[in-house]
This record gives sequence, structure tokens and C-alpha cells, in this order.
Amino acid sequence: MNRILATVVAIAAGILMLVGYFFGHAADGSLNPLGELQLILLNWAVILAAFALFVGVINLLIVHGNKISQRQKGWGYSFILIITLVVTLAIGFLPPQYQEVGLPFVFKAIQLPVEASLIALLTVTLTYASVRLLGRRRNLFSIIFIIFALLILLGTAPLPLLGYLPGLGEFLRPIIAQVLAAGGARGILMGVALGTLTTGLRILFGADRPYGGK
Amino acid sequence: MNLLGLVGFVLVLVCAGLMLGLSVIRRKSPPVFREIPAYTHLRQAIGRVVEDGSRLHVSLGRAALTTPQSASALAGLILLRRLADLTSASDKPPVATTGDATLVILAQDTLQAASRAAGQSFYDPTTARLTGLTPFSFAAGALPVIRDENVSTNILMGNFGLEAGLLTDASEREEAFTLAASDYLPAQAIMYTSGQDPLIGEELFAAGAYVEAGRMHTASLVVQDILRWLIIIVILGGAALKLAGLV
Repeated sequence: MNRILATVVAIAAGILMLVGYFFGHAADGSLNPLGELQLILLNWAVILAAFALFVGVINLLIVHGNKISQRQKGWGYSFILIITLVVTLAIGFLPPQYQEVGLPFVFKAIQLPVEASLIALLTVTLTYASVRLLGRRRNLFSIIFIIFALLILLGTAPLPLLGYLPGLGEFLRPIIAQVLAAGGARGILMGVALGTLTTGLRILFGADRPYGGK
Repeated sequence: MNLLGLVGFVLVLVCAGLMLGLSVIRRKSPPVFREIPAYTHLRQAIGRVVEDGSRLHVSLGRAALTTPQSASALAGLILLRRLADLTSASDKPPVATTGDATLVILAQDTLQAASRAAGQSFYDPTTARLTGLTPFSFAAGALPVIRDENVSTNILMGNFGLEAGLLTDASEREEAFTLAASDYLPAQAIMYTSGQDPLIGEELFAAGAYVEAGRMHTASLVVQDILRWLIIIVILGGAALKLAGLV
């Protein structure tokens, strides 16, 4: 019974949102009753998403708490994670004048440098992956991929001592980036949009139900 | 409603009608789709997971359900459900990681439903995990799952950004099978470079049809193909009219 109810509510809400998107505005651009109903549903979704964040943090605590209690591999990192989470939460409860100092400090001194170092690591990882690409998947597309990546790199950054290579930066690079790559990207995005449309319709029909335990 | 809105609404209605019609009509021969190597390899990888008792990891990315990117995450959830069913005989249940709190709840529900359908008496809610809320904290949290939990198959399906490179690289280092798909273009380029079996563009949304998740999935793939041809005709027609100076 619960499953049927969840499905009916989800499909009805989905159809209301879809119809509200097309018919939710009056001729003067203001919201009509359908548009207002759509707005209410959207606000409910935002409130539910905020509550889901709370559930997500509980999930994070349980997963890492289990890791610590069972002394699983890497439990020390889980311990640091929980301590950091508690400290950050505690700063959030401090009076506003302390929060204004504490929270930016946590983000600027810890979060940003750590994420920046991960991006730096990614640069090395991707360079290595590009080299391995030809060994792993040696086909025409991989060769084209590497050649065009190199052309874009050479056209973007000057070479030591030689500077910019003539013709690459001002002629070839714009053609590759703004004609070939942009055309290909639009084609891919159209495919993604079609996939998004049919996925949404499947969920509206109730054929896919990532809720209510189907 | 303006003209564009009306065209959009009619397009949605036509798609809905086509999908319903094609899923109801029993064809003499089922539609044949081109072979996508990633899905062929996925079937083999699923067999390995069941045989050697290793674990399947599905990462659903970071798309919040209230954003347009949620469709890719929903496609990932549908694949998660199908794979959870197919690997229900395995010793270890699949593990799902996400970077969005709403997705964790849906992933938990999906895995619980699969566990119930397989007749298992116990369900571990920590098999669906929120690993981080920013792109790189999400990746950093998912890395130990790939590295330390005897995972032999990693599926990245959803909205990923540049952080996908760290996940695919970790998977390659563990010599695990990697199927990677994202709706974000730079991530697709990264996955093409670093992933074993990347999916490009709409191939992400074809998962259901390729893992035989139902007739509606097959119908939706056929509708996508029909719409693609329509778009091609419209673009070519528009270009021809422009060349002829009629528009």
C-alpha cells in the first residue's frame, strides 16, 4: 500500500511540475494558481533536500564510526574526519563574531588548500593517463584525441625560448576550439538532453521508481 | 505560453506517446542496438563479481535531485538497482557512494529494495554512503572504497566533474573494471583519457536498455534514436534553407 501511495504521490507531483512549467504563467507573466502550486512543491523539495543533508551527515558519522570501532584499514582518517566535523559544527554554534572568523578560517586554511592540492594531483594523474591511453586503447579516436590535445596545448602556452609557434595560437587553435570542438560538444549535449527527457518520462510513467522500494 | 514553450510541450507529449506505444506493441523481432563495448564488458564484470565474491561499487556523482543534472544520477540509480539484482548471489552486497545527500537516501532505498527482492533477511544501510559534499571531498571519500573494500568493478554513473579522474585512476591502479559516464563534457574527456570503458554523451542513458531493465527502457532508446534523426533533418533542412537564402 505504501509503495502504491508513494508512486501515486511522486507521479502526481512530477506531472504537476511539468504542466506548471508550461502553463504556470498568466499572459502578463505572473504566476497563475498552477504556477503557485508548482512553487509550493518546489519549496517543499528544497526543505526536504535540506533535511536530507542532515540524514547524509548522520550516514557519514555512522560509516566512519563503524570504521573506527572495527579498526578497519584507514580508521585514523575516519577519526580525524569525525573530530573535524564536530569542531566545524561547534564553530557554527559560536556567537556570530566568532563564527565570522572561525568558519572562513576552516575553509581558507584547510578545505581550499587540500582541494587545490587534489587538483594539482589530478594534473599529474591526467598527464600519466594520456600517455597510457595510447597503450591501453590504441585506435584512431585515441590518436586524434592526443593530437588535438597537443595542438591546443601548443596553441595556448608558449614554448620555452621559442615562444608561440606561428599559426597555431591565432589560426589553428580557434578553429579546433570554436568550430570542431564546439560542434562536437553541441552534438553530445543534444544526446544528453534527449536522454534526460526520456529518463524523466520513464520516471513520470512509474516505469522507473528510484523511490518507494520497487 | 510562447511558441517555443508550446513546441516543447508538444515534443514532450509526442515522446510520451511514442514511448508508451513502443513499449506496449509486441514486435516480432526486438530492436537491435549497436554494440557498446562498455556494456559488453560490464556483463562479464558482473559475472566476475558473483564468481569471486568481490564487491561492486557504483558511484552516483554529485547531482542534487532538485537540479536538471539529476537525470544522470537517476540513470545511475536505475543501473544500481539492476546490478544489485544481478549480483544478489554474490557474497558482498554492492556499495554506492554519492556526493549529494538526497541521492544517499534514494541509493539506500534502492539497495534495500534489491535486498528484499532477493529474499535477504539483513540489509546494511551503510552500503550507501555520502562521502563528501564538495567535488574533491566526495572523490577523496570514495577513494578508500575503491582501494580497501575488495572492489573488482567500479561504475561511475551520474554527474561528475574533474574529480572523476582521481576515481578512474584509483580504479585502474587496483586493476578493477571501470565503467565511467557523466553528463558533464569536461568529465567525459577525462573519463575518455583515464577510464577503461568510458561512455560518451547519451550512452549514459542507454544503460537500462543494455542491461535488460525492461521494455520501457528499450522503447525510450528507440524514441531517442527517432528524435535524433528528427534533429539531424531539422538542422540539415535549416542549413539548406539558409544556403538558399530563404530564412
